[in-house]
Amino acid sequence: MKAFLILEDGTVFEGAHIGADREIISEIVFNTSMTGYLEVLTDPSYAGQAVAMTYPLIGNYGITPDMESERPWVKGYIVRELSRMPSNFRCEGTIQDFLIKHEIPGIAGIDTRALTKILREKGTMNGMITAREDFSLEEILPRLKEYTPKDVVEQVTCKERYTLKGKGKKVALLDLGAKRNIAKSLQNRGCSVTVYPADTPAEEILAEKPDGIMLSNGPGDPKECGRVIEEIKKLYDSDTPIFAICLGHQLMALAKGADTHKMKYGHRGGNHPVKDLETGRVYISSQNHGYVVDTDNLDPSVAVPAFVNVNDGTNEGLRYTGKNIFTVQFHPEACPGPQDSSYLFDRFINMMGGNQ
Amino acid sequence: MPKNPNIKKVLVIGSGPIVIGQAAEFDYAGTQACRSLKEEGVEVVLVNSNPATIMTDREIADQVYIEPLTSKVLEQIILKEKPDSVLPTLGGQAGLNLGMELAESGFLEQNGVKLIGTTSETIFKAEDRQAFKDTMEKIGEPCAPSLVVHNVADGIAFTNTIGYPVVLRPAYTLGGSGGGIARNETELVDILTNGLRLSRVGEVLVERCIAGWKEIEYEVMRDAAGNCITVCNMENIDPVGVHTGDSIVVAPSQTLSDKEYQMLRTSALNIISELNITGGCNVQYALHPESFEYCVIEVNPRVSRSSALASKATGYPIAKVAAKIALGYTLDEIKNAITGKTYASFEPMLDYCVVKIPRLPFDKFITAKRSLTTQMKATGEVMSICTNFEGALMKAVRSLEQHVDSMRSYDFTGFSAEELKIKLEKADDRRIWVIAEALRKGISYEEIYRITRIDPWFIDKIAILTEMETRLEQEELTVELLKEAKRIEFPDHVIASLTGRTEAEIRDMRYAHNITAAFQMVDTCAAEFAAETPYYYSCFDSENEAIADNGETEAAGSQGEQNENESSCGAERTDRRKEKRRKKVLVLGSGPIRIGQGIEFDYCSVHCTWAFAREGYETIIVNNNPETVSTDFDIADKLYFEPLTPEDVENIVRLEKPDGAVVQFGGQTAIKLTESLMKMGVSILGTKAEDVDAAEDRELFDQILEQTEIPRAAGKTVFTAEEAKEAANRLGYPVLVRPSYVLGGQGMQIAYTDQEIEEFMEIINRIAQDHPILVDKYLQGKEIEVDAVCDGTDILIPGIMEHIERTGVHSGDSISVYPAPTIRPEIKEKIVEYTRRLARALHVVGLINIQFIAMDGEVYVIEVNPRSSRTVPYISKVTGIPIVDLAVRVMVGNTLKGMGYPTGLAPEAEYVAVKMPVFSFEKLRGAEISLGPEMKSTGECLGIARTFDEALYKAFLGAGVHLPRHRQMIMTVKDADKPEAVAAAKRFEALGYKIYATRSTAKYLQARGVNARRINKISQESPNVMDLILGHKIDVVIDTPTQGRDKSRDGFLIRRNAIETGVYCITAMDTANALAESLEHATANEKLDLIDIAKVKNI
Repeated sequence: MKAFLILEDGTVFEGAHIGADREIISEIVFNTSMTGYLEVLTDPSYAGQAVAMTYPLIGNYGITPDMESERPWVKGYIVRELSRMPSNFRCEGTIQDFLIKHEIPGIAGIDTRALTKILREKGTMNGMITAREDFSLEEILPRLKEYTPKDVVEQVTCKERYTLKGKGKKVALLDLGAKRNIAKSLQNRGCSVTVYPADTPAEEILAEKPDGIMLSNGPGDPKECGRVIEEIKKLYDSDTPIFAICLGHQLMALAKGADTHKMKYGHRGGNHPVKDLETGRVYISSQNHGYVVDTDNLDPSVAVPAFVNVNDGTNEGLRYTGKNIFTVQFHPEACPGPQDSSYLFDRFINMMGGNQ
Repeated sequence: MPKNPNIKKVLVIGSGPIVIGQAAEFDYAGTQACRSLKEEGVEVVLVNSNPATIMTDREIADQVYIEPLTSKVLEQIILKEKPDSVLPTLGGQAGLNLGMELAESGFLEQNGVKLIGTTSETIFKAEDRQAFKDTMEKIGEPCAPSLVVHNVADGIAFTNTIGYPVVLRPAYTLGGSGGGIARNETELVDILTNGLRLSRVGEVLVERCIAGWKEIEYEVMRDAAGNCITVCNMENIDPVGVHTGDSIVVAPSQTLSDKEYQMLRTSALNIISELNITGGCNVQYALHPESFEYCVIEVNPRVSRSSALASKATGYPIAKVAAKIALGYTLDEIKNAITGKTYASFEPMLDYCVVKIPRLPFDKFITAKRSLTTQMKATGEVMSICTNFEGALMKAVRSLEQHVDSMRSYDFTGFSAEELKIKLEKADDRRIWVIAEALRKGISYEEIYRITRIDPWFIDKIAILTEMETRLEQEELTVELLKEAKRIEFPDHVIASLTGRTEAEIRDMRYAHNITAAFQMVDTCAAEFAAETPYYYSCFDSENEAIADNGETEAAGSQGEQNENESSCGAERTDRRKEKRRKKVLVLGSGPIRIGQGIEFDYCSVHCTWAFAREGYETIIVNNNPETVSTDFDIADKLYFEPLTPEDVENIVRLEKPDGAVVQFGGQTAIKLTESLMKMGVSILGTKAEDVDAAEDRELFDQILEQTEIPRAAGKTVFTAEEAKEAANRLGYPVLVRPSYVLGGQGMQIAYTDQEIEEFMEIINRIAQDHPILVDKYLQGKEIEVDAVCDGTDILIPGIMEHIERTGVHSGDSISVYPAPTIRPEIKEKIVEYTRRLARALHVVGLINIQFIAMDGEVYVIEVNPRSSRTVPYISKVTGIPIVDLAVRVMVGNTLKGMGYPTGLAPEAEYVAVKMPVFSFEKLRGAEISLGPEMKSTGECLGIARTFDEALYKAFLGAGVHLPRHRQMIMTVKDADKPEAVAAAKRFEALGYKIYATRSTAKYLQARGVNARRINKISQESPNVMDLILGHKIDVVIDTPTQGRDKSRDGFLIRRNAIETGVYCITAMDTANALAESLEHATANEKLDLIDIAKVKNI
C-alpha cells in the first residue's frame, strides 16, 4: 500500500505504508542514531512527534527487550528501509508487527536524507502521514499549520506513584516522561527510587524526606508545564539535592527565571559533543530535545552554565549557585547512545552524601 | 590545550615497501598527516624506503629520505637532521616497531628526541601479549584465555589445559603473519614453530579459539586531555577466524543492537584511556553471537588499514586529526574539515552503508591455497557506498575488476546441495557466490549460518539478490521491477542478460522512466549540518545532491585563478557559477591495489589531479580504493567514490559533462574505459585512443615498427592453442605467450614445448578473451626500460633504467638501476632515437613507457605502453623531473621547449638509484615463487647512493635482506646456469660462505675449484636439503628452475620451504650476482651515506 508524508511547507513524499492503518498529524523530527531505534520509539519525549530515522536500514535486529517505557510514544515512524528479516539472539519480533500492535502508522521507502535537509533548512515542522491517495493539499495544509502537540506530559507520565526498592539513598523521581534507564541507573547505584506522576505537589514529595530529587526528561514545550514549574520552585527551596535531565533541566531553569526557546531543528541523536566547563573534558552524549535554555539573561547568582554543546555553543547544563542542584540538557542515562556521561549519576549520589 | 610549542621538527616514519598486510593505506595516512603537520608550521623529515609513495614527495615533506627502514639508518638520520620528535604511528607495524626499537635502546633519550603520538610504554602495553593481557585484566576487559609461549613444549602443555582448537598469534608481525588455528597437536607444532621464527621477539600467543564469533572493530580517537570518541564501528561479515583484512566488512555494524554497540564502544574507550593513547587506535572484538559475552582480540595503537577504511567510510580524517593530537591539540580544538562547522570531538553518523571487499591475488597465484584464514592474503581492497546493503555489496563486487558483477559470476550450479555444504565449510574468496548457489538450491539460512557463521541477516541480503535474479528472469520487466533492481544496484548489462534484452534497451528504458543514479554526499553527520566537502556516492533512491557546474567555460589557466580556486569552498563555488566556469577534467583512478597495478598508479593519478588544478581545471576523481591518497576528500575538487565500470562512470559523465577525461595515469583500469568514454562523447586528453590501440594491436603495431624501422622479436597474433603451437614452431622455441591488454604480464609465460603452449593457452582462455593472444620469439638479453614525456613533437627521457635480471623476468620483478650502468653510449643513443620515433609515430601526447632488449649490439622493442608506468614515481624522484606534471602540461597544449625543458635524454643525476622488488610469498601458502614473465612482487623499495654498490646494498637492506647471518647457503641451479654459478659461488666463498649444493651442481662446482658440499635431495635420506633449510642456519637459497615453468616437486618444495622459514630465496643468477656485489660492499663499508632527495636538483 502507498503512503504519503505531507509536510507543512507543501512537500509530499510518496512511500510504502507501514504500521497501523491510520492517518496522523504530528510534529516531524529526525534522529541520527545508527542503533537504538527501539529506545527511540519507546522514549516518551517523542510523544506528539513522528520520528524520521536518518540511518537508512532500520529494524535489523528486530524487537528486543530494550524498551525505554512500556510502549512506543512516537506518533508516526519514518524510515528509508525496514529489514524484512531481523536477526539477533534476543529478537522477539519485527518492527512492522510492533507498530501495528501499538497502532502507530508509518512510511517507508522515502528519501529520508532529503527530508532531513528540509527540516534542517526550514526547521522542525508539522506533517501528516496518510495512506489516502486522493488527499487535497488545500484542505490539509491549514490543518498542519494549526497543529501543536498538547498536554503531552500528562499523556506520558505515570498515573500513580510507585517505588523501585533499593538499600541506598532515597530518590524521588518526578516522571515527566521518564525513560526507564534513569530509574535503573539510580537503582544500579543502590538507590531506592520512588517515581511520582508529573502533577504531584511538591509537599507530597518532600513529605517523604527523599535524599535527592531527580527531574526526568519529557516531551513538549517546557513553557506549557506551568503547574509543574510552580512545584519545582518549592523543590528548589527545599534544599534537597536535585539532578535534572532534559525537560527537567528546562523546567528548573524556567522556575528560576531563565528563558527557553524552540530550536530550529533540535538535537536528536547519539553523537553530540558536550563540554564539562569545570574540567574542560568533552563527552559524546545522547540527545533528544527541541527546546533549549537561554543563558543570556541568567543571573549568575542563581545558576551558571556547567555544560556547553561543542558544535553550536548551546547550553547543555547548569550548576545552581549555592545549591546542591545541577541539571543537564543531554541524556546521561543513554539508551540509546553513548554511556560516557553516566558518571553524572555518581556525582548525584555523592551530592546526596554518597553511598555508605 | 593548544599546540605544544616545543615540537618544531618531526621525523615521520613510513611503512616501507608494499607487502600483504601493509599496503597503500599507510601512504594515505602518512601523506595526510605530513600535510597536517606542515599546515601547523612544523618541519617534517620523512623516511620511507618506498619510492612509489606520495608521502616521499618533496611537496609533502621538507626533507625526504628514501632509505632502508632499519634502526641504524634511522639513528643516522636523527643525528643528521636533529628532529625534536619522532612520530612512529603512521608507518604501520613497521614504523611502530622501529619507533619502539629506538626508544628501547635508549637512543632517543640520549639524543633528547621524544616519541610523539604514542609512548613506548603504550606500544609495549598494546603489543606485548602478556603486558596487554595484564592491562586488560586490570580494567576488567575480557580476553580469550591465553598464554604467551617461547617454545613449542610450553604451547603443547598449555593447549592441553584449555583444549583444541587454539589460535596462534605471533607477537610483532604484520597482518598476522605466521598465525593460524590449530585443531590438533600436529597442526599446533607446525604453526607454532613457524610463528616463533617469524616473531621479532620469538613469542607466540596460544589462545582459546573463538572462531565463529562475530568480529567487530572500533576506531577510536583520544587526545592528551583524555577526550575520546569513536569514529565508527565495523562489522566483519566473516566471523572470527578469517583475518579482518580478508573479510568482507560493513560499516556501521548491522546486526548489533544499541546494547551491544554501546557495550563494545564503552569498552573501546576504556581501553584507549587505560593504554593512554594519544591519537588513533583500532580495537578488535569477538562478540558471541548468542550472548553479550565478548573478548578483546587486539588493539593497534596507530593508524591502520581499518582506520583508512573508517576515514573513507565516514569522512573523518583520522590521520590528520591524529597528527594534530600528536602536536598537543585537543579534539574540541580541531575543526571538522568536512562540515567546516563542527569539531573533531564528535562521532560521525552515517546515513548510508559501506561495504569493503578484499582484493585477493588468486588470479595471479593459481597454485596458492584460496582458503581464508587468520593469515591475511589480500593485496588490496575496494569500498563502496550505497543507501542499502545489497547495493553496496553489488557495487563493491563489480569494483574488484575480477570479472565479477553479480551473484552469478562464479558458476557453482554444477555442485549438488551436499557438495555446496562441503564448500561452505572452508571460506574462500568465492564464498558469497557459494552461498548464493546454496540459497538457489534451497539450503536454509539456518543451515548456511550453522556452517559459515555468517549472520542470517547477511545471508538474507544475498537471498534478496538471488531472488531479484529470478524475478528478472521470470517476470515481465515492469518499471517498478527495474526500479527495484537498480535500487539494489544491478548493472544494466546484468539486467539485460537476465531479461534477454540488450544493455542499450535497458538503459533506454531507464532513461525513459527517469530511473537514473543520483549522487549523495558523505558528510559525517547524516545531513544534520550543511557540509562543504564534495565527496559523493551514487544510489537510485534519492534526490541528486551533486551540483555540476555546467555553464560556459572560460579559457583554462587564466591568470590569477589558481589560488582563489584552491581556497574556494561551497559558497564561493556557487557564486562562481555565475561567472564563466573552469574547464573540467575527469581523472579515472586505478581501483584496488593488485599485483601488477599498485600504488604507483595512485601516485600518478594524484599528481595528475594536482597538475590539472594548477592549470586552472576543475578536477574530478573517480576511484573505489579506500586505501589511497586519491580518495582523500581534499585531493580533487570533487571525489566520486564509485566503481570504475562504464555504466558507473557514465552516470558521472551525464551529470558533470566533463571537457575531457584522462586515462593515462590510472593503469589498465582507466585505459580499459577509454572506448566507453569516447562513446559517451567524452574526449580523451593526451594520446588518442586509436594510438593507444595501435600500441596494443599486434598488426597495427607491427606496421608502425616497420615504418619506423625498429626491430622487435618475431611474433604472431593467435586466438587458439593450435594457432599458437604453429606460430611457436615457426618462430622456434622458446617463445613468450601473453594476452594483450593486460598489466603486470598477467598470464605471460615462456614456453619451451608444445605441451606448455597448450597448458598456458588453457589458463589464458579460462577467462573469455576479447583480445588476441601474442606469441613472440623469446630473446634473452639485457632489459632496458624508458619512460618519456612527449608533446607530440619532442620527447624528454628523464633517465634510462637497466634491469639486473635478463629478459624473461617481468620488469616489475626485476632489480632496476638508474642510470643504466652497463649500456654503451651508442646503444643509449639508439634507445633515445627509437623512443623518439615511437612516440611520434604513436602521436603520444603525455607519457610513454617502452621496454627494450639490448642484445648483440642491437636494440629490440619488447612492448610500448602509451601511458604512465610503474617506474614513473621512482624516476621522477631520483631525477627531480616531475614527469606527471609535465605530461599534464603537454596535454593541455604546452610544449617541452616552451616550458623550458631540454629534449632527448636528460643529463644523468648525481646519484645511482636501485629499485628492488619486494614479494609477499610467505603469506601465500602454495604460491610458486620462481620469477618469470608474470609479475609476482607486491611492492618495491629504493636504494639511492653515490655509488652503484652502495645503492644496491641499500636496496637489499630496504627489501629486508639483512645478510650475512649464518654464512651458509644452498645452490641448486639448472644446467644452463652452471657456468655462471661458478663465478657467483666463488664470490660467496670469498665472503666466507659455506656452500651446499645438490648432486649435479655440487659436482660441477667442485670440478671448477669451488668447495661445494654435496647435500642429498629431498627424496633422499636425511640429512637432506630440507633438513638444512629447516635447521635455520641458511642465509640464502639459489635455486634456478630447470624450465620456463618448473614441474619438479623438489624445486618447488625447496623454494616454498625456504620462503616459509624466512630464508632469502633467489631464482635468477643475475640476482645472485647482485646480492654478492651488495654484500661485498657491505663488508667494506660500515656507514651509509644518506641522501635527502628533496634536495636532488631539478633540471
